[in-house]
Amino acid sequence: MYKYSEFDTAFLAERNAQFRAQVERRIDGSLTEDEFKPLRLMNGLYLQLHAYMLRVAIPYGTLRSAQMRQLAMIAEKWDKGYGHFTTRQNIQYNWPKLRDVPDILDALGEVEMHAIQTSGNTIRNVTADHFAGAAADEVDDPRPVAELLRQWSTDHPEFQFLPRKFKFAVIGSEADRAVIRAHDIGVQLVEQDGKRGYRILVGGGLGRTPMIGKVIRDFLPEEDLLPYAEAIVSTYNILGRRDNKYKARIKITVHENGIDTYKELTEARFAELKPQFEGVDQEMLSSIRAQFAAPAFRNAPTDDFDAAYKADPVFRAWADTNLAAHKVEGYAIVSISLKKHGETPGDATAEQMRLIADLGEQYSHDDIRISHEQNVILPHVHKSDLPALHAALKTLGLATANIGLISDIIACPGMDYCALATARSIPVAQEIAQRFDALKMEHDIGPLKIKISGCINACGHHHVGHIGILGLDRAGVENYQITLGGDGTEEATIGQRTGPGFSYEEITDAIERIIRAYLEHRTDAQETFLEAYRRLGADPFKAALYPDKAEGKANAA
Amino acid sequence: MSVIVTDAGFATTDWAADLGAQDVLTLASDTNPHTVDLSAAPKLVRVEFPSSADGRGFTIARVLRDHGYTGKLRATGHVIADQYAMARRCGFDDVEISDDLAARQPEDQWKFRSDWRQNDYQSRLRRA
Ligand code: HEM
Ligand code: SF4
Repeated sequence: MYKYSEFDTAFLAERNAQFRAQVERRIDGSLTEDEFKPLRLMNGLYLQLHAYMLRVAIPYGTLRSAQMRQLAMIAEKWDKGYGHFTTRQNIQYNWPKLRDVPDILDALGEVEMHAIQTSGNTIRNVTADHFAGAAADEVDDPRPVAELLRQWSTDHPEFQFLPRKFKFAVIGSEADRAVIRAHDIGVQLVEQDGKRGYRILVGGGLGRTPMIGKVIRDFLPEEDLLPYAEAIVSTYNILGRRDNKYKARIKITVHENGIDTYKELTEARFAELKPQFEGVDQEMLSSIRAQFAAPAFRNAPTDDFDAAYKADPVFRAWADTNLAAHKVEGYAIVSISLKKHGETPGDATAEQMRLIADLGEQYSHDDIRISHEQNVILPHVHKSDLPALHAALKTLGLATANIGLISDIIACPGMDYCALATARSIPVAQEIAQRFDALKMEHDIGPLKIKISGCINACGHHHVGHIGILGLDRAGVENYQITLGGDGTEEATIGQRTGPGFSYEEITDAIERIIRAYLEHRTDAQETFLEAYRRLGADPFKAALYPDKAEGKANAA
Repeated sequence: MSVIVTDAGFATTDWAADLGAQDVLTLASDTNPHTVDLSAAPKLVRVEFPSSADGRGFTIARVLRDHGYTGKLRATGHVIADQYAMARRCGFDDVEISDDLAARQPEDQWKFRSDWRQNDYQSRLRRA
């Protein structure tokens, strides 16, 4: 795993000293709040509904156990004993005090972590496939490239004050587990005629105008990545709109100018930038790659696993839902659910973080991942260790067997924390999870992604949920719109609205009606919700949602 | 009146004060740098920053440098001390700020960032 170079360490120490000085200057008044705002945002510090919120980057979603332990320590010492893992591989602390933030940043620096560029109109934390280095289907581990992009984008002098925030995601396989098509720039490692390169997408994004990213280069030679990325962002900095923040994202710039014009301008700028990169970045990339070398996997029998699988139905249910295929025989990728029924999706207590750290160290080669679906992954576990791992997870409520199922919900903070929220989202997630748990239907329903946002900004990715829920405010009353058929994978699709929304009291019933319609109409248990929706269209689901339109029961909003 | 900031701190006199109008080109922040005509070879190009949140000037400066402009480049307007290193790295030679801003952000806050070459990821990735 990547270890900071002397350069990284010196950079971070200087940056933390600068921010310490900026905080002092804010407190003594030499910086106005308007001037302080972009500076604190560049260091991950938001002002929320009740307090400051600090968003810490987990670059490409990868943590060592020592880092996870430090996150636990910070949660206990400077926050209320828990942290919240987000959909962009960050962790958020909801209650830090401004005065403590410089100390928190120093504590993060001790374990080679930071909160730089996790907010603000700049290039944000670079995310990657959470199965990187373990998945069987990848061309290569995408994390070294993500690390290179992290270094290139960090403190980039030209790109700290862009029209709007800017997000990269990187994957190494055809299967898209990082939603690259909903990112400002998506990077996919590809191979063509034995040569490595990248497919580059641009202009994806969710928010109030969801757009699927468009291919700007189908095959970009490996050595051209940084100048090409620089050309895309440089073009955006000049062309992007600054008159209306809702039209400022690159998705709008690309949409309004057309991908052909955008590409033309980018290629022209690229021609100017290319000679400025003399190739050292490629040497650095290969030394970064060496640090991500696969661990020494062992060849051992899996009898313990087979026995537990046969004997213990609870273990079997967990293994069936929470394990994914590993590229090495005898190993499994383990997803630890942070979605226990009735809990806040993505929250973890300090105690849970410490347990995960210990288990990651003991069973997963000190490699821990955070997924954009707000769960934790142990990517390299030998199957013979799974029964012991499962038993340990059970002790702290971390063994919920629901990965990819109806209660594995993504929900944004919504009204509980967010100043922009128009509705609650966490309580909706909790109620849906508890409803289907009580009905014991979850495993029968099978793979299903519900995603919930508390306002049109779409932090909960509702557009790409198989079932998306968007909480709005209709004359002071919460109203939840439903979309169906969204998909965040390589077949990225924006979900379609069903019709009028539902009140807070009605929304769980409405979801249950959709599910019952699916169970009734599916060809058999093998046909997933999404497949059934694609085959049938929206009609049977609309009929279930609005059984008697004439009566106007669903409040027509 | 205004204050000129360089690596040495606040300058009391502006070297450019005596330049004739034909030697100075002032560019608004919404200028497309790719179409700026530099054939008159101005001695000074001033790039306006209407707000510290408007970062277009950084790209304008870099593009002008990439197009071969070798005269002086000045960032003028609402640039704050914390942006000094960014301005220098993008090719600006100095920064021109209002007296007001200079009073609120005194010289020491600008000199804090005067070693702008230090800890620079980008130059490290470009060439050895
Ligand atoms: C609580 C404070 C938060 C605020 C004020 C906030 C604000 C926003 C805003 C204004 C946007 C729309 C930006 C745009 O489209 O230009 C946005 C998008 C987004 N936010 Fe948040 N957010 C918050 C928390 C979160 C959390 C906790 C997560 C993760 C769980 C998150 C993940 C995202 C994502 C993934 C987008 C994606 C839409 C996109 O950029 O295409 N946000 N947020
Ligand atoms: S979607 Fe809206 S309510 Fe939810 S976190 Fe984002 S801004 Fe807040």
